[in-house]
Amino acid sequence: MRRTAAIVVALAGLVLMAALGAVTSSAATERATATELTIWVGWSARELNEFKKVVAEYDRKNANVTVKVVGSINDDKITAALRSGNVPDVVSSFTSQNVGVYCPSGGWVNLAPYLKRDKVDVSQFPATTRYYTQYGGVRCALPLLADVYGFYYNKQLFKQAGLTRPPRTLDELTAYAKKLTTRKADGSLDVVGYDPFFGFYQNSVGAYQPLVGAAYFDGEGKSALGKDPGWQRLLRWQKGLIDYYGHDKLVKWQTGAGDEWSAPHAFGRGKLAMMIDGEWRVAFLAADHPTLKYGTAPMPVHSANKNLYGAGYVNGTIIGIPKGADNTDEAWNLVRYLTTNDHALAMFSNGIRNVPSTRTSAKSSELKPDKNFAVFTKLFTHPKSSTIPVTPLGSAHLETFTSFLAKWQAGKVKDLRAGLLGVDKQIDAKLKQSGGGVP
Amino acid sequence: MLAPAAPAVDRRRAKSRAGWRRRLTVLAFLSPWLVGFSVFFGYPLVMSAWLSLHSYDLLTPARWVGLANYRYMLGDDPQIWPAVANTLWLIVVAVPCTVLFAFGIALLLTRARTGAGVFRTIFYLPALVPPVAATLGFVYLLNPATGPVNVILDSIGIEGPLWFNDPAWSKPSLVLLGLWGVGTTMIIFLAAILDVPQHLYESAELDGAGALRRLRWVTLPTISPVILFAVVLGVIGALQYFTQAHVAATVAAGSAIQGGSTSTIEIGYPEGSTLFYPILVYNHGFRYFNMGYASAMAMLLLVVAFAVTALIIWNTRRLVHYHGVSR
Repeated sequence: MRRTAAIVVALAGLVLMAALGAVTSSAATERATATELTIWVGWSARELNEFKKVVAEYDRKNANVTVKVVGSINDDKITAALRSGNVPDVVSSFTSQNVGVYCPSGGWVNLAPYLKRDKVDVSQFPATTRYYTQYGGVRCALPLLADVYGFYYNKQLFKQAGLTRPPRTLDELTAYAKKLTTRKADGSLDVVGYDPFFGFYQNSVGAYQPLVGAAYFDGEGKSALGKDPGWQRLLRWQKGLIDYYGHDKLVKWQTGAGDEWSAPHAFGRGKLAMMIDGEWRVAFLAADHPTLKYGTAPMPVHSANKNLYGAGYVNGTIIGIPKGADNTDEAWNLVRYLTTNDHALAMFSNGIRNVPSTRTSAKSSELKPDKNFAVFTKLFTHPKSSTIPVTPLGSAHLETFTSFLAKWQAGKVKDLRAGLLGVDKQIDAKLKQSGGGVP
Repeated sequence: MLAPAAPAVDRRRAKSRAGWRRRLTVLAFLSPWLVGFSVFFGYPLVMSAWLSLHSYDLLTPARWVGLANYRYMLGDDPQIWPAVANTLWLIVVAVPCTVLFAFGIALLLTRARTGAGVFRTIFYLPALVPPVAATLGFVYLLNPATGPVNVILDSIGIEGPLWFNDPAWSKPSLVLLGLWGVGTTMIIFLAAILDVPQHLYESAELDGAGALRRLRWVTLPTISPVILFAVVLGVIGALQYFTQAHVAATVAAGSAIQGGSTSTIEIGYPEGSTLFYPILVYNHGFRYFNMGYASAMAMLLLVVAFAVTALIIWNTRRLVHYHGVSR
């Protein structure tokens, strides 16, 4: 009996070992024959490492693929790859405006068939992100985390000035800025309350548009900068504050304000009391100025647009599959995982402190709690939050506007409305010349 | 009577064969250049001309638009004339400054009695610095708030300008950068001056000519082909001016595109003062996906460069002397 039992146990052991061996061997074979996917991303350094961690987890869960991540990719490289046909399996870009070219040209493949086949509901992405990931009804991209712009203020400087809460209107912001600004003995600026100069740090006209709700284009697709009085309200406020500092004094202060992407950043050093910036600054401040006492809030809005308080400018990384990619099914699976899996989004968001781009992931319990960061997740889902229009000329229309704004803020534009109408003409002519428009 | 004709025909044939052999040999030796010229110049030139008549976004097939790109360029593009004006400024101000400065340094170096080799090396060295690195260095030196130049000026009670951050000073700042890196032109001038026959100076001296007259009537005429060469190269360089202006504007502006892809770029910062023609071509071609239009701009640049060069050579034909003979 004992011998029989021993034989049974031995046989069972052999069967188990054989089975395990088969499984291990099968896994090893699968790994050896796994499809290698290449993904191009724009992130570098610390942020690239965080992305690689997310991809590594996907790699572990999916034995049939191995994913190679290539960082520091910009749109010049993407365009060159699309033209040569030497493309990766998955591609992502920081320049969402370029969907105006990638989607209609077919350079990035239309994702509609995949979305339909796998029943992926795009309404899980807020409207702004849905907007900048398609063009003319062709959805060739999905959002991969989002960037939201809000208001940062130095609590210590607020306390010293007797300020108890962040401003809610642009007029309040001006009053706060004047209170917080200090000058040196020679009259030059030492601490600037708020710098509204377009081109400084993250001050772009696109980031300010949601504060006045002004329209870029009218219903016929014509540029409407001169027609919408919101732009004039915004620009007159902005110029008023610049004049308070003095244009040249402010420019000089800016040149010594410190690099935007490193520790000498003026806000971190207490030389800039308030600013508009993206949510990623939370991670930068934690790394470079861990002891800084600061708060975040929605950007103040124009007093004529108080209903917009709580909204902000939204943009972000887009991801898709380039035309000519070898493994489109596997590539789609990776794109779907990165853009719709709440765990992956929360994990990546925790790593680089960008806003998770689906409604559910923005409320994920996996997100590291942070009061300052939480403000941006609320801004992201606000119904009035908006983004910049996509055109077939990339950012050309914005840069035409920016060129005009440079002259405006230097005091070289006498008639603002006439100037804006002139910019409208230029933008319309550019769009007409390119043969495209604003859908 | 006809018999002697046969050797004559043979001779002609042999001569013709030899001629063909010679031509083929020349062609064989020329072939590496011909291939390079065709691939890297001829083909792009023809393609550029063809694309200039099309709307082309780099990704979809080009669409024929005829002369529409040229009409927009000459009639509607608001940026083209400021870009042309900035480029003309370079030709009118920067090129003469650079040529004169290089000539002046070369002249001084010929007078150095001791340490000539050291000085020549010192003045030539900046030409070896890559343009991007040199520009970054200058933007740092001329930073209005923290740069050493303004710090020194401040210490002696002078408020320094905003340099690359001021539209009135941005182009002069680029000229300063150009003067610093004038080594190559300076070396060419130096060689030319040292090559002026000594007996011409001695004859002029015997005729009672002072230093200035010797410079005017001996040095300048003798090196006039080199001056023409420097001017023509300078003008062509000005028409193609890109790297330094692009880097200086981007760095001085502190422009950035972060993950949010919000473009804060002001082309030709500050206030369009460094928007030169090639920068506009680049933006249309590679940032606005408007390669057809960029090609039209490039074709115009080619025609203008050719015309300006021809104009300079034609107008200076009485001033330039080759081996003492005016052409």
